[in-house]
Amino acid sequence: MMFFSNSAWWWPYLFILVGGWMATDIWRFLGVYLGGRMSEDSEAMVLVRTMATALVAAVIGNLIVFPTGALADTSLAFRIGAAGLGFFAYIVSGKRMLVGIVITEIVLCIGLYMGL
Amino acid sequence: MLPDISMPVDPSLSRRSYRRRVWLLRGIRAAFSLPGLILASSFIGFAALAKDAGLTLTQTVFMTGIVWALPSKVVLVGSVISNTALPAAALAVTLSAIRLMPMVVSIMPEVRTERTPRWVLYALAHCVAVTSWVVALERFRTVPRDMRTTYYAGLGFTLILFNMLVVAVVFVLAQSLPPAVSAVLFMLTPIYFLTSLWGSARERAVHVAMVLGLVLGPVFHLLLPEFDLLAAGLIGGGLAYGWHVVTRRRRAE
Repeated sequence: MMFFSNSAWWWPYLFILVGGWMATDIWRFLGVYLGGRMSEDSEAMVLVRTMATALVAAVIGNLIVFPTGALADTSLAFRIGAAGLGFFAYIVSGKRMLVGIVITEIVLCIGLYMGL
Repeated sequence: MLPDISMPVDPSLSRRSYRRRVWLLRGIRAAFSLPGLILASSFIGFAALAKDAGLTLTQTVFMTGIVWALPSKVVLVGSVISNTALPAAALAVTLSAIRLMPMVVSIMPEVRTERTPRWVLYALAHCVAVTSWVVALERFRTVPRDMRTTYYAGLGFTLILFNMLVVAVVFVLAQSLPPAVSAVLFMLTPIYFLTSLWGSARERAVHVAMVLGLVLGPVFHLLLPEFDLLAAGLIGGGLAYGWHVVTRRRRAE
């Protein structure tokens, strides 16, 4: 049942359809169906938002702590530092996303150059 | 773009189709605004991630169009990397996608008119993800109500198609990328999410959830490798909600 556990050509697409498309669009379609009946301010929605956010944040954490590919050669402290400095710049600049992204990447480039 | 120089039978009909074309083009143009370009750059990072995880070009382009919510896709690719079985992967993806429901619910009253067919709304809902939602809510004020479905279709489907193209191009080029460039690309996804998630939070509890998730993700990756995302989402989100309830009660006292 894993992505690479079946060598049939259609298996990855089925995996994406069930694990990706159905799992995602069901909520969008439910949103259309419910239309204006649900309040965005309801308490249940707060729980939904905290769980969804924690989950996506967990993905971010894993990408930084256990990276694959080219990033895996850099040190953990350095990756956390680059992301942290970028995030700090984002907050200080009045939540300008572009500033955060650019600073993180500049720090990363400097670090790569210095072999950190 | 100029309208056709034909002689219309019904002038009001041709005026309406002319307006539609104008608003469709404006929607398409809105896809190339700053948020759209930031999104495209994080899709560069996503394509690099998917390629590294072992997905093929067609699988990744297919996933981009059919799932169309970057967090869901990153969770899905994350599940592929941690070798998660399909049911657990679907559960993790669906948890990360629940947030799309209130987003769709909140945008529907703004796009819909009394005459909008249901299928149009379902089709447009597929385009809902953070970027198109943010851009639409910001610009709808300037779009006439009867043109909003057209405008949103132009914006949403252009974002999808353009980023499918971006993903395909990266896949073709990535073989020849030097390691420093791929490192820069790999870093795009986490920092894009870090900033956009923080910025879109409505309440403090979401910020708490984010910090908990950042820490719990790697912790559960070591403790419960196959259910790391699920465990971090349920426990981190639950704790943040508990914090929300407690602080609200304290404020009320």
